[in-house]
Amino acid sequence: MFPKSGNRFSVKNTRKKGIHMNWIAIGTISDIPRRGARCVATPQGKVAVFRTQDDQVYAIDDHCPHKGGPLSQGIVHGAAVTCPLHNWVISLETGKALGADEGVVRTIPVKVEGERLFLALEALASRAA
Amino acid sequence: MTEKLVIIGNGMAPGRMLEHLLEKAPGLYQVTIFNAEPRVNYDRIMLSPVLSGEKDYEEIIIHGDGWYIKHGITLYKGHKIIAIDRQAKTVTSDHGVTEPYDKLVIATGSVPFIIPVPGHNLPGVLTYRDLDDVRAMMLAAQSRAKAVVIGGGLLGLEAAAGLNAQGMDVTVLHVMPTLMERQLDPAAGYLLQRAVEQRGIKVITKANTQAITGNGKVEQVELADGTIIPATLVVMAVGIRPNSALAKDAGIAVNRGIVVDAGMRSNDPDIYALGECAEVNGMVYGLVAPLYEMARVAASQLAGDETAAFVHSDTPTKLKVTGIELFSLGDFADGDDRQEIVLRDASAGVYKRLVLKDDRIIGTVLYGETSDGAWFNDLKKKQTDISEMRDTLIFGQSYQGGAPLDPMAAVAALPDDAEICGCNGVCKGKITGAITAKGLTSLDDVRAHTKASASCGSCTGLVEKLMVLTLGDTYNPAAVQPMCSCTTLGHDEVRRLIKAKHLKTIPAVMQELEWKTSCGCAKCRPALNYYLVCDWPNDYADDYQSRFINERVHANIQKDGTYSVVPRMWGGVTNAAELRAIADVVDKFEIPMVKVTGGQRIDMLGIRKEDLPAVWADLGQAGFVSGHAYAKGLRTVKTCVGSDWCRFGTQDSTGLGIRIEKFMWGSWTPAKVKMAVSGCPRNCAEATCKDVGVICVDSGYEIHFAGAAGLDIKGTEVLGLVKTEDEALEHIVALTQMYREQGRYLERIYKWAKRIGIPEIKRQIMDDGEKRKAYYDRFVFSQKFAQVDPWSERVSGKDKHEFRPMASVGFAEAAE
Repeated sequence: MFPKSGNRFSVKNTRKKGIHMNWIAIGTISDIPRRGARCVATPQGKVAVFRTQDDQVYAIDDHCPHKGGPLSQGIVHGAAVTCPLHNWVISLETGKALGADEGVVRTIPVKVEGERLFLALEALASRAA
Repeated sequence: MTEKLVIIGNGMAPGRMLEHLLEKAPGLYQVTIFNAEPRVNYDRIMLSPVLSGEKDYEEIIIHGDGWYIKHGITLYKGHKIIAIDRQAKTVTSDHGVTEPYDKLVIATGSVPFIIPVPGHNLPGVLTYRDLDDVRAMMLAAQSRAKAVVIGGGLLGLEAAAGLNAQGMDVTVLHVMPTLMERQLDPAAGYLLQRAVEQRGIKVITKANTQAITGNGKVEQVELADGTIIPATLVVMAVGIRPNSALAKDAGIAVNRGIVVDAGMRSNDPDIYALGECAEVNGMVYGLVAPLYEMARVAASQLAGDETAAFVHSDTPTKLKVTGIELFSLGDFADGDDRQEIVLRDASAGVYKRLVLKDDRIIGTVLYGETSDGAWFNDLKKKQTDISEMRDTLIFGQSYQGGAPLDPMAAVAALPDDAEICGCNGVCKGKITGAITAKGLTSLDDVRAHTKASASCGSCTGLVEKLMVLTLGDTYNPAAVQPMCSCTTLGHDEVRRLIKAKHLKTIPAVMQELEWKTSCGCAKCRPALNYYLVCDWPNDYADDYQSRFINERVHANIQKDGTYSVVPRMWGGVTNAAELRAIADVVDKFEIPMVKVTGGQRIDMLGIRKEDLPAVWADLGQAGFVSGHAYAKGLRTVKTCVGSDWCRFGTQDSTGLGIRIEKFMWGSWTPAKVKMAVSGCPRNCAEATCKDVGVICVDSGYEIHFAGAAGLDIKGTEVLGLVKTEDEALEHIVALTQMYREQGRYLERIYKWAKRIGIPEIKRQIMDDGEKRKAYYDRFVFSQKFAQVDPWSERVSGKDKHEFRPMASVGFAEAAE
C-alpha cells in the first residue's frame, strides 16, 4: 500500500509561478515514524518532514512562527503539530497557527513516489533569495 | 437372562452411570467393577478440602462398601486392568483376574501431565490426582517445609491453597502471564493472583521450569531465567490427558481420548467409554457436569434407549478455595462482533464481566461475588435476548423486576443502606441525605462532604445517578471538566474506563471512548500514554510519538532547540571520578553552560541534539545513568549528610535517600515527583516542601507528602511515623503507587491529595496494611518494566532516527 502525497496545493502554487520543479530525494517514508517528523538540513536551515497517522507527508520550516521552536520535535496529531516550546498548534497543510494564535510558517512541496520522498529544492532556494 | 457388564474404573462418572442404570433397569446386568485405586467411589472434586484439612476422606465417599453389596456389584479394589481381549470379550487385571463381559464400559479417567524436565522423577515430585497424592502431600506438609506447585490453573491453585493451609511455604509457578488464563480474563486473573498472594502464597508468572534438582530427593526448582526456588515438595498440576492407552492397545479408535459417538459407544459396539478418557464430537472434558451428562447417556443406552445422546454445553468453572469466589463460563475473548459489560468494585475486590454477542450472553467471568452465576448461566443456556435489561444486567437478577428497569430505576430501587462507595464505605442514604441537608449541587461538593467516589472514583456514575434522582434536572452530570476538546470525558472517567474496558492501546481508548478526533491532540495523547503505561505495565507498548519531546529524547529541550542533560547523582552524592568525567564531557562537546541544580546534581546545558547519544556514551562509561530531569516521573531524592557526619543527624538520611532513589528511579508518575530525606528536624534537605519527604527523628522516620515549592508554595502534610527504614520505603512506595493509579496527568501530588483527602490517603497507606502491601507490590511489578536506563538504550542505537537529520540537501556540493 503506497501512501498518498500531501501538500498538493503547494505544488500548484509553485507551478503558478512557472518554476521548473527539481525534486531532490531525501529518503523513504519509512525513515519517519508515523505521527512523527525528521529534519532535513539545508543551507537555509532545517526543514521538518512530517508523516501523519494515515501516511500523509508534509514539509514545513522547522521554525515555529511564535518563538522559533523546533516544530519537528512536537507531537503530531491529525494534520497538525504542537510546538514543544509553548504549545502553539500549526497546521501541516497550510503552515498556519490554529486556534487563537496567529502566525504562519513556510510549507515546502514534498512528493511521495512509491516509498521515496522528494523535496522541491528550488522552492527552498527561491525562498532564500 | 442377565448380561455381564464390566466397568473399568470406579470414578465419579461410572458411579453416576450405575446410579442411573440401577434406577432405569434394575437387574438387567450383573455388574463387575475394576478399580485401580484400592478403594470405593469418592468425590474427587472434594480432594482439595481434604488436602486443606476442611474435610476427611470419609466425608467425601459417594458409594460405601455397603452400596456395592446391596446392589450385588462385584468391586475389585486395587485391580488394574492390563488387557482387553475383544475377540474373547474378556478383561484381565494385573492380579491375574480374567472376567468375561457382554458390555464393557471404559472409564479410566485421565492421567496428570508430567513436564519432562530433568528431575521430574525425583522422590518428592508428586501429581495431584487422587487420594494417594493428597495423603503424600499431607505427609510432606508435616515437615512445614517449602513446596513448589507447578501450574497456576484450577488444580494447581487448589493444591497450593491446601498446602498453604497445612502450613507449608508455597510458591506457585505459572508459565502464562496470568493465573487460570483459560478460565479468566487478565483482570480477574490479576485479582485472583492478589487474593492468592494475600494468603501468603508466592506466585511467579511467566515461569518456565527448567529442572528439578536434588541429591536423591527434591531440593530445588530451577527456572529458565536462572531463578532457584528451594523446595522439599514439588506438585505438578499442569494439566491432564485422557487415559486411553488400554483402549488403544485393544485396537479401539483413539484420538485425544477414546472416540465415542453421542451415545458414548466406541467403534466396538459392545464397548462404551465415558468420563475424562472419552472424546465425543472432538471434545474431551474434565469438569464434572458434562461427565455426569455422559453418565446419564451411557446408562440410558445400556438400558436400551438408543435415542439418548450427549449434547455439549459450556460448564461454569469454580475454584474451590475457601474465601475466593470465582465463576467462569463460556467464551470471554474480546472480538469485534462482541460487546461487554463490566462492573468493578476495587475495594471489595469484585469484578464482573459479561461478554455479549447479538444481545445474548456468550461468556461470563465473575470474581469476588458470584451469586448471579447461575442466573447468567441460565440466560446463556436459553440464549435469552437481554437487550431489554442490558443496562441493569450486570447488577444481577435481583435488580430485574417483571418489567425492564432503566439504570436510573435500578439505582432508585437500591435500599438506603446499599453501599455506593466501597473505598470509603458510604451508603446511598448518606449521600442523598447530604445532598438534601447541605444543599450540595456538584459532584465535587458531594465528594468533599461524603467522600463518596472521592478515592478510586469507580462509583462516580452511581453517585451522579443519585444526584440526578435527588436534585432532578437541576443537576447536570456533564459538568465534569473534559480531558481536552477531543472528548467529553474527564480524566477520572477515562482512567476508570481504561481499566474497566481493558483498553490497552491509545487507538483502543479513542475508539471505545468515542474520541472526537482521529488521533487526539498534544494534551490527551501524553495523558493516555501515561495511563496505559501505569495501568498495564507488562502489556502496553509505550508510544513514544505520544510523549512530549523531553521524554522522547530523554533530555530537556531549551528555548534555542538545544538540550540540557542531567545525570543521576544518587542522593546528591558524587566523587572525583564522576566530576572528572563530567568535566571531560563538557570540554569534548564544548558544552556552554554547567550548573548545579536545586536537586543536588549537575546540569549541562546547550547540547546539540545530534550530540546527545555521544554525550550519554561518555557519561555512561563513568557509570552515570539518566537523571530523568525531563520526566513526569521520579526526579531527585535530595539528602543531607545525616548521622554519618552531622552532629545533629539522627539516622542515615543519605543512605535512605539513595535507597529510595535506587528503588524508585525510572517510574513514570502523573507529574514530576521530587523527594528529600532530612536527617533531623532542622531539615537541611528541605523535605517539608517536597512531593514526598522524610524527616528522620530518634524514634524513626516521619513521612511527609503533598508539599509544593513551585507555582504554589505549600508545606507538607504528615503521613505518619514509622520505626524502620524498610517501613519508610514501603510506605513511600505505596503512597507513590496510589498517586500513580489515581492522579490525573500533570496533577502534582499536593493537588491530588487535596482532591482525594489527606485522611483517606492516611487510611489507605498507614492503617490498611493489606492495601499498602498491594500498592507496594504493584509498584514493584511495574518497576520490572520501567527500570531500564534510557540513555544506554539510545547509546546502543534505540530510536536512532531521533538524533540524526534525515538528509542534508542543497549545500554546494550536494546541489551539483
